[in-house]
Amino acid sequence: MAFVCRDVTVNLGSTPVVKSVSLTIAPGEVVGLIGPNGAGKTTLMRATLGLLPFSGSCSLAEMPATSRARYAAWLPQDREIAWPIPVEALVALGRTPHGASISRLTRQDAEAVRRALEKADMWAFRDRIATQLSGGEKARVLLARALAQETPMLLADEPIAGLDPAHQIATMEVFNTQAADGRSVLVALHDLGLAARFCSRLVLMQAGRKVADGRPEDVLTAHNLAEVFGIDAYRVETADGLLLQPLKLAAKT
Amino acid sequence: MMAYVRLLVALGLLSLLLFVVSLLVGPAGVSPRLSLSALIFGDAGPLTLVMREIRLPRAILGAVIGAALGLGGAAMQGYLRNPMAEPGILGVSGTAALGAVLAIQTGLTATFALALPFAALAGAGVAVTLLLFLAGRRGGALTLILAGIAISALAGALTSLVLNLSPNPFAANEIIFWMMGSLADRSFLHVALALPFFALGACLILPLGRGLDSLTLGEDAAEALGVRIVRLRVLLVAGVAAMIGGATAVAGAIGFVGLVVPHLLRRTVGAQPGRLLFASALGGACMVLAADIAVRLILPDRDLKLGVMTAIVGTPFFLHLIYRTRGRG
Repeated sequence: MAFVCRDVTVNLGSTPVVKSVSLTIAPGEVVGLIGPNGAGKTTLMRATLGLLPFSGSCSLAEMPATSRARYAAWLPQDREIAWPIPVEALVALGRTPHGASISRLTRQDAEAVRRALEKADMWAFRDRIATQLSGGEKARVLLARALAQETPMLLADEPIAGLDPAHQIATMEVFNTQAADGRSVLVALHDLGLAARFCSRLVLMQAGRKVADGRPEDVLTAHNLAEVFGIDAYRVETADGLLLQPLKLAAKT
Repeated sequence: MMAYVRLLVALGLLSLLLFVVSLLVGPAGVSPRLSLSALIFGDAGPLTLVMREIRLPRAILGAVIGAALGLGGAAMQGYLRNPMAEPGILGVSGTAALGAVLAIQTGLTATFALALPFAALAGAGVAVTLLLFLAGRRGGALTLILAGIAISALAGALTSLVLNLSPNPFAANEIIFWMMGSLADRSFLHVALALPFFALGACLILPLGRGLDSLTLGEDAAEALGVRIVRLRVLLVAGVAAMIGGATAVAGAIGFVGLVVPHLLRRTVGAQPGRLLFASALGGACMVLAADIAVRLILPDRDLKLGVMTAIVGTPFFLHLIYRTRGRG
């Protein structure tokens, strides 16, 4: 089953924040959602999950809540951990759509939690108190929580913000491993270099509209970078794919 | 898991012990053996009457009301994700008190015995209707808190108005003493009145444990995990309101139990909000039973009020909580 959205429009109050966006994601894809602040990336993802009222149609939002939670995992941008609970219990929350209670995990659930913690490189932290971790460690624990859900689809909102370079790359590689297993990932990113390098496809948003959708080298053109982000970048297409380094603000036209 | 079961067993045994001690404390000053045998085997004598009609309902109410306050506090803290939340934040205890005050002031209490608790329940009903209207379908935790604060403030102001305009000093006196909260001189009628509300509230709230666990990640993530937030909020508010309305109706306002007990037990349950529900219910029963024993032992002939006792014991814990969280951002 694929992720299909048609003409998704979201109004917050009377302001349209997402305007008629259509998007299809097939299994095996890592789709990077890029765009300046306020472009509507988070709102689009929340709407497609059915967390916001919207017009249009979306395959995820039409599912009943529990089946949706077994189909798609959501990693929000604000890394909230309200109580000082152990890391392992926090990650086990990802098993609740599968009928688990974090107080009593089956062997399969415990195995899924272990796999997720290992993928996020947080297994060594399993007995620590989640609220006492550093910001980057919390981000990885919450990633593990989403991975433990073991869903065919993962939606992540700026999951690598605030991570060190190694863990930024490791996280992007986890998404690629997920895709290699036939799952799909939709990830909002601000790091265009990593987006170009690790996403199989990019979707560019500006002021609520989708303005480009395709291979990284076709989306991150000099024209789009100047028009949408207002920057000039050094870009070179190599055998490994597009390399991109933002350089300076674009001249105002 | 084992540690959690051990904790529940320990709290269960402690509340059972306090329940028995509560049965044995009283001005009659009879030996424990005689008291218990009079309670269990019974005869037509006055001791059986004291045990069955005075001390037994008092001990049952102590356990039930304590459990209601502890469970209500744990539920509110879990939902609001805030250790400073307590069941009174909904304004239900305030409006219940207002209902009771009106019943005393108008003299309804003199016409039939249960007028006071019924008026208090009506007050609680008004609060919960307003709450669900203001913060039911839309509007998240913040709307709920603000609505609760507004309702509390209004109820408090109206209560003060009644006291202010009271032409009868005896009624004013009665009102003030009633508001301090007490379990003295309650009968099985009170037990029969409070118990269904407690049972209803517990049935609504205890199954919400998993949803509250998921809320650790925030409302958005919990909803994406399949938690139906609106349903959870409505059930939780209705459950807490039923329990706290019932408790206030028969015992007056008993503060700090709902705030302190979940806080005290949080670490022992690994801070999991779902586990904290059961543990706090038992812990609340222990605290109120202990406080009710204390008021009878410390000043046996001065009718020391239960709500005064819990606040005096509770406030230092609250200060301790502030001391520990200060500087933690």
